[in-house]
Amino acid sequence: MRRSTLTKPSQTYEPTIVAFLCNWCSYAGADLAGVSRMQYPANVRVIRVPCSGRVDPLYIIKALQEGADGVLVSGCHPGDCHYISGNLVARRKFAMLKNFLTYLGIEPERVQFSWVSASEGGRFAALIERVVADVKKLGPRTIAMKKRAAMQIA
Amino acid sequence: MMMSDAEKKMKAAAKKLFAEGTADVVVGFREGSRPNSSRPYFARNEADCEKFVWDKYCRANLAAFLPALFEKPARPKEGYKPPRIAVIAKGCDGRSILGLVKEHQVACENVVIIAMPCEGMVSLSSTGKEETARACAECVCPVVQGADLVVPGTAKKPAKADYARVKKFEAKPFAERWKIFEREISKCIRCNACREACPNCYCKVCFADQRRPAWLSPANGLSDTIAYHMVRMFHQAGRCVECDACVNACPMGIDLRLFTQKLAADALALFGSAPGVSDDKVPPLYTFSQDDSEAFITDPEEK
Repeated sequence: MRRSTLTKPSQTYEPTIVAFLCNWCSYAGADLAGVSRMQYPANVRVIRVPCSGRVDPLYIIKALQEGADGVLVSGCHPGDCHYISGNLVARRKFAMLKNFLTYLGIEPERVQFSWVSASEGGRFAALIERVVADVKKLGPRTIAMKKRAAMQIA
Repeated sequence: MMMSDAEKKMKAAAKKLFAEGTADVVVGFREGSRPNSSRPYFARNEADCEKFVWDKYCRANLAAFLPALFEKPARPKEGYKPPRIAVIAKGCDGRSILGLVKEHQVACENVVIIAMPCEGMVSLSSTGKEETARACAECVCPVVQGADLVVPGTAKKPAKADYARVKKFEAKPFAERWKIFEREISKCIRCNACREACPNCYCKVCFADQRRPAWLSPANGLSDTIAYHMVRMFHQAGRCVECDACVNACPMGIDLRLFTQKLAADALALFGSAPGVSDDKVPPLYTFSQDDSEAFITDPEEK
């Protein structure tokens, strides 16, 4: 993953956002945004999961540790989960996780959760705009990151 | 000697279980190997029960031993039956046992809880003085509810769960909070004592020991150690009974309670759940409600 660090004073800081998108709704919504040629910031790295409930808090924390400036998890709207209740169980988990990460000192704008359905291409694009803007405002992170001895991948 | 009447009754109750053939093992405390300490002890017959003690050093959470004792052998012999285990339980031990029962790690009918009237345990302050352990000062449940046997005696009064320390920490700016967290965690030597002491950490292969994928290195790099504690603590979400077994086990004196308390405070505030005290049938994160709060959800179309 590309490390987002300032290399020249003239370069603007571009955050890296890792997005966990559920296969049936949010990923499809993102795909719809793509085929509809909607323009949205290119800072997002998508990881497709079968359901938002599949997202282990471990993955969110690892993403932050490995260099992501922000993490987004998006699933089906409550009541519309392809697996009936995956997103409902996830809702409780994410509420506690967000509170816990904020408590430890990670700004709440860095880890965000949303619901985007398969038909909401526009909403997905708006969501990415919003998350990238939020994270950009916070600036590069100072949270302990993995030290990479290898050279940066361009 | 403090609490000697309760100690007598406790020993008698334990011996009776063996006499009646109701238990195979009784888990309690005996005199420690160092002065002013007590350590867990497994009595397997009436004679062993003489070694039991009940004093202010009985701090360990005995429920931590139960998942291993109830683990079914890989190749069970013909007619294998799970053991019948009695536990001499403080309030926190009892809360943990009830939590384990909820998570199907312990067979309810195979456990006998002997509720002790806990007056709070002591720990050593930074100056080496004995003082009431923080977990005991803030304990909301000194005596197990719904126990099979109750040893009579005066227990300490339950405290009110106000989580003042959590609120104070939350008032600090983000950068300062992270600095404090990092400072505490940087003391960690990855001995895993916190994990071994916690009754809720019963996974056969801990995520931290997993290989393929190897989420974390076992070495003591700060980045991996921070991730280890963030995830291990979050695994207690909705399950932590605030017994401070992790804090007591830590050889480096890390103030884990400052962080784990947030999870207990949230479980209570968001879902009305206090494991072992509230009457939920399943842990709060195993289930859901249609009315769960969406306040934390990002709505991009909201102005």
